[in-house]
Amino acid sequence: MSKHSVSVTVNGTAHRSEVEARLLLVHYLRDELRLTGTHIGCDTTHCGACTVLLDGKPVKSCTLFAVQADGRSVSTVEGLELGGELHAVQKAFKEEHALQCGFCTPGMMMSAVALLERNPSPSELEIRQAISGNLCRCTGYVNIVKAIQHAAADMRATRHTPAYVPAQEPAQVSR
Amino acid sequence: MIPSSFDYLAPATLGEAVNLLHEHAGDAKILAGGQSLIPMLKLRLAEPALLIDINRIPGLGYVDERDGSLRIGALARESDLETASVVRQRYQILNDTTAVIADPLVRNSATVCGNIAHGDPGNDHPATMLALEATFVAVGPRGERRIAARDFFLGLFSTALNEDEILEEIVVPRPTAPAAGAYLKLERKVGDYATAGVAVQLTLDASGGCARAGIGLTNVGAMAIEAVRAQDFLRNKPLDSPTIAQAAEIAAGEADPIEDRRGSADYKRDVVRVLTARAIRIAANRAAGANIATPLPFTYSPSQAALRS
Ligand SMILES: Cc1cc2nc3c(=O)[nH]c(=O)nc-3n(C[C@H](O)[C@H](O)[C@H](O)COP(=O)(O)OP(=O)(O)OC[C@H]3O[C@@H](n4cnc5c(N)ncnc54)[C@H](O)[C@@H]3O)c2cc1C
Ligand code: FES
Ligand code: FES
Repeated sequence: MSKHSVSVTVNGTAHRSEVEARLLLVHYLRDELRLTGTHIGCDTTHCGACTVLLDGKPVKSCTLFAVQADGRSVSTVEGLELGGELHAVQKAFKEEHALQCGFCTPGMMMSAVALLERNPSPSELEIRQAISGNLCRCTGYVNIVKAIQHAAADMRATRHTPAYVPAQEPAQVSR
Repeated sequence: MIPSSFDYLAPATLGEAVNLLHEHAGDAKILAGGQSLIPMLKLRLAEPALLIDINRIPGLGYVDERDGSLRIGALARESDLETASVVRQRYQILNDTTAVIADPLVRNSATVCGNIAHGDPGNDHPATMLALEATFVAVGPRGERRIAARDFFLGLFSTALNEDEILEEIVVPRPTAPAAGAYLKLERKVGDYATAGVAVQLTLDASGGCARAGIGLTNVGAMAIEAVRAQDFLRNKPLDSPTIAQAAEIAAGEADPIEDRRGSADYKRDVVRVLTARAIRIAANRAAGANIATPLPFTYSPSQAALRS
């Protein structure tokens, strides 16, 4: 067993912690930082409920160790709201009834936010492909797709950039 | 689910990683994208004493063409293949392949080299690398060695990589035009491993016939299968319907599937037949200059199929 000192920036705030190598990022976020918006749905890398952005790219936080996030930026659903104002994607999910039980919603929104950062005008197919790693057992996806289209239109209209979403970096990490 | 305890080291150079792997051979595992390894650790199907994380080694994330070959470094992610323009121009079969691997979240982490090194018959890149006649560059304590794709896959989760070797790079020879390929896969849902998958890479002759064919089959055997008899059959033949149908029959005969939740052996063999014929047609048309987009995996419902156009 090994302990490691890590420094991870989560939603713009730097955190320094001692973690065991086997601690998964999702457990670090939920249990150590008490950021319980990131959900654990399947724990087998299938459902995407645990989706967070790592240096701007959506990944499954149940399939990444906290030590791997050392020196990197993580965005979770808690970081979407800024100054009391919901992110355009959050507003659109509410307005379009894009959730029922809400379990998939945080991960779904993180995938949507990453998509819209990269592609402000996605087609329906591009939206469906972008959320294909996020499973929803309730809604049937129709309203989720509508909500993402709705958010895209709002963001194009208002140049909405509140959330702490770092620019997407290439996968290569050099230090 | 929580993995067993392990030690963790993140070396800064490939040489250091090789030394560590050599020192701890048998007890250590390389951690690349982690999208196969971490699920196995969580299920405790693997309990290595040490993880050697190669993600901190600079300079391994490349996908580029050099000296007449495409080179894919150990840390190139599936998502890097999706965005590399050289891949879209000349190696569309790789775009087709990555598009049907797992889902976009997994593809942001998963590496192409990890997909090869893992030796899982369900992985999609091995068949494509067989069709492309790729070479794998392994680095170990005694230096580098190059292994042809057809000598690499030895059986279920078994490859030609030694315990103390790292797959540093995949080298794909640049196809001499007119050439193109296609990868087709039947899956039950997004993120599923293939019921069957077929990779076809064709080089055409001056009259539009087949000068060379590379054909690889996914998940219809203990490892990816090179359909050598179908390849030989196609050489120097016109690519007309009867020839394509016969090549597809031959490829189906080379598949060696077992019955499981994805279907009976006969069903899977027939899927290979259908996909081989379709992949040959797409590859031939692409090689002749047709602009055919990456096919969607065959899981979409008819209403979603309308989205394709
Ligand atoms: C939900 C889900 C669905 C998936 N669906 C598919 C699919 O449809 N098709 C498909 O092909 N794959 C699929 N995968 C697997 C995915 O593509 C894996 O990421 C890939 O098999 C391994 O790549 P990795 O970089 O994640 O490797 P890791 O998980 O880090 O490593 C896998 C193994 O390879 C070894 N290894 C990795 N890199 C090297 C190297 N450079 N040198 C030596 N050894 C190395 C590791 O030690 C380990 O034993 C899926 C995964 C998930 C979680
Ligand atoms: S909890 Fe991570 S993918 Fe389901
Ligand atoms: S709203 Fe219940 S799982 Fe999506």
